[in-house]
Amino acid sequence: MAAPQPLVANRAARPETPPERVLEVENLQTYFYSRSGLVKAVDGVSLWLRRGETLAIVGESGCGKSVTALSLMRLVADPPGRIVGGSVRLDGVDLLGLDETAMRQIRGNHISMIFQEPMTSLNPVMTIGRQIREAIILHQQISHRAATARAVEMLALVGIPEPAQRVKEFPHQLSGGMRQRAMIAMALACNPKVLIADEPTSALDVTIQAQILELMAKLQRELGTAMILITHDLGVVAETAERVIVMYAGRKVEEAGVDDLFARPMHPYTRGLMNSIPRLALMRREAGPAVERLQEIPGIVPALTNLPQACTFAPRCALATDKCRGQYPPYEQKLPDHWAACWHSDKLEGAADA
Amino acid sequence: MAVIDHDAELARAGANVNGWFGSLVFFCRRYPLGAIGAAVVIVFVLTALFADYITAFDPTRTDPRASLARPGDVHLLGADFMGRDMFSRIVYGARISLAVGLGSTFLGCFFGVIIGLTSGYFGGWYDLIVQRLIDIMQALPLLVMALVMAASLGPSLENTIIAISIPIIPHVARVIRSNTLSLREMPFVEAAKAIGMSEWRIAFQHVLPNTLAPLIVLGTAQLGSAILTEAALSFLGLGIPEPHPSWGRMLSESAAEYVRTAPWLVVFPGVAISLAVFGTNLLGDAIRDILDPRQRI
Repeated sequence: MAAPQPLVANRAARPETPPERVLEVENLQTYFYSRSGLVKAVDGVSLWLRRGETLAIVGESGCGKSVTALSLMRLVADPPGRIVGGSVRLDGVDLLGLDETAMRQIRGNHISMIFQEPMTSLNPVMTIGRQIREAIILHQQISHRAATARAVEMLALVGIPEPAQRVKEFPHQLSGGMRQRAMIAMALACNPKVLIADEPTSALDVTIQAQILELMAKLQRELGTAMILITHDLGVVAETAERVIVMYAGRKVEEAGVDDLFARPMHPYTRGLMNSIPRLALMRREAGPAVERLQEIPGIVPALTNLPQACTFAPRCALATDKCRGQYPPYEQKLPDHWAACWHSDKLEGAADA
Repeated sequence: MAVIDHDAELARAGANVNGWFGSLVFFCRRYPLGAIGAAVVIVFVLTALFADYITAFDPTRTDPRASLARPGDVHLLGADFMGRDMFSRIVYGARISLAVGLGSTFLGCFFGVIIGLTSGYFGGWYDLIVQRLIDIMQALPLLVMALVMAASLGPSLENTIIAISIPIIPHVARVIRSNTLSLREMPFVEAAKAIGMSEWRIAFQHVLPNTLAPLIVLGTAQLGSAILTEAALSFLGLGIPEPHPSWGRMLSESAAEYVRTAPWLVVFPGVAISLAVFGTNLLGDAIRDILDPRQRI
């Protein structure tokens, strides 16, 4: 599943026509005021999302992916975190300007979220039917009975067998994959415009991962939900996303269509991520003896306090020069619809497995 | 290798248990101590409910001829100094003990849960103030607190219930708060926020049910101790006023003077108190095991 090739049918099948942007995020800044100093967890991230499309946000742990997602939902814990700047426009409405009551009407209704841990994201003492029903009743003026019927319908939709029985069961009676399906049912129960999936398959085993991804692609096709998929698994990205944003140390470092990104990464970090996928070099068959060992990106994500003015990736980058260590590179369009923040993007082109 | 009797193993695991009676038998086998506790509590409750039908004597009627009568045919458990039938008084005493125990436990748990849940879930300065107040309350022994309360409120059934319930509040609040503190960091709370649920609703609908198992254990333990406290208060003359039959008062009236000459006046109320406390505690433990949905197989 790590093959960087177009294999999802829905991408080819969908017409190019609906360009309408359902979600527009501009210059989002989420800072944490911690004891060790100011942590710029999300620093000036802009992104947009068309109706029904899938955008992947990729990066290592601690690069700001999840905080970006939580910021879009306005679920960042305050204190210590705070969204200090930018705008998040959902169908033209700036979510950052809404009060908490209005925001609650948005959450789960127009924008919902699936979490990483299906084992603990469901309340253990409540039947799954009741939990899905709650999500519906919060946003829709329908009767108890109708909400239960809708819960059964949703469980059937996410491929849980015998949904009428399952609504009466408790989370511990379901397997991990089934629980994640139930979470998806809950998130989609009100038919949101945007679904944020924060590493939805990381806690599941590989076969279940494939099933869940397939299910999400199918539901997306049927319901027309736009999705932001947060992951560190480039294989998942290749399979499901249309566009990709690569984040590093709280900032976007690269953004492109999925095929374009895998074909010609413009940032050494992206290249590094790709080289650290076990199967990639093997599948290219061009890996010489020099790259038989799995490549890795040396070093770790820097602490987000007191980031230097220089390129944040420079200390780990093989291509880094004095220029990189002096000034942060501008985020610019390197190729059509392909942006990156690197002084040396041109050196990457053609330089296989640098 | 030993031969395994599959049918016996299955029966022990509770397979093929169906119907009301089957479940009951299975419960008794699986939780024998709980079954004993349940039996004691059921007898206790039935005694309290049907006190009028069980006894032949009015518990408050005095009879000089029967003063300090030995246990026997007429007075099953003897009679006290004023000739009041001990059996009747113990049976009616169950009513008082049950009312005080249930009433004060319920009151105490109700306020304790609300205080503990809000203080743990919302935190901040509210939590800080509440917790310091609870510190102060917990610095005083339960009985002393109840004593002070009872003395200032005056002796009556309602006041006794209130007096006993107040020291229960900090206990319950502490337990519920500590549970809430860990529960509010659980992913399902965040998931509930992500579907647009309000904080109050999450606190009461998602967090509260998860604290019920420890609450029930605590509640049943407090039920026993509330019965004990009532006995102690009455023993000290601050609890249920005369002529209501209270087990504690029955002890205090007779302990000093008659423990040598008429020991039945001391032994039987004491046994009644012990049994009631013992039964509720055993039942509480069994209920905890059953209520935990993670243990339902």
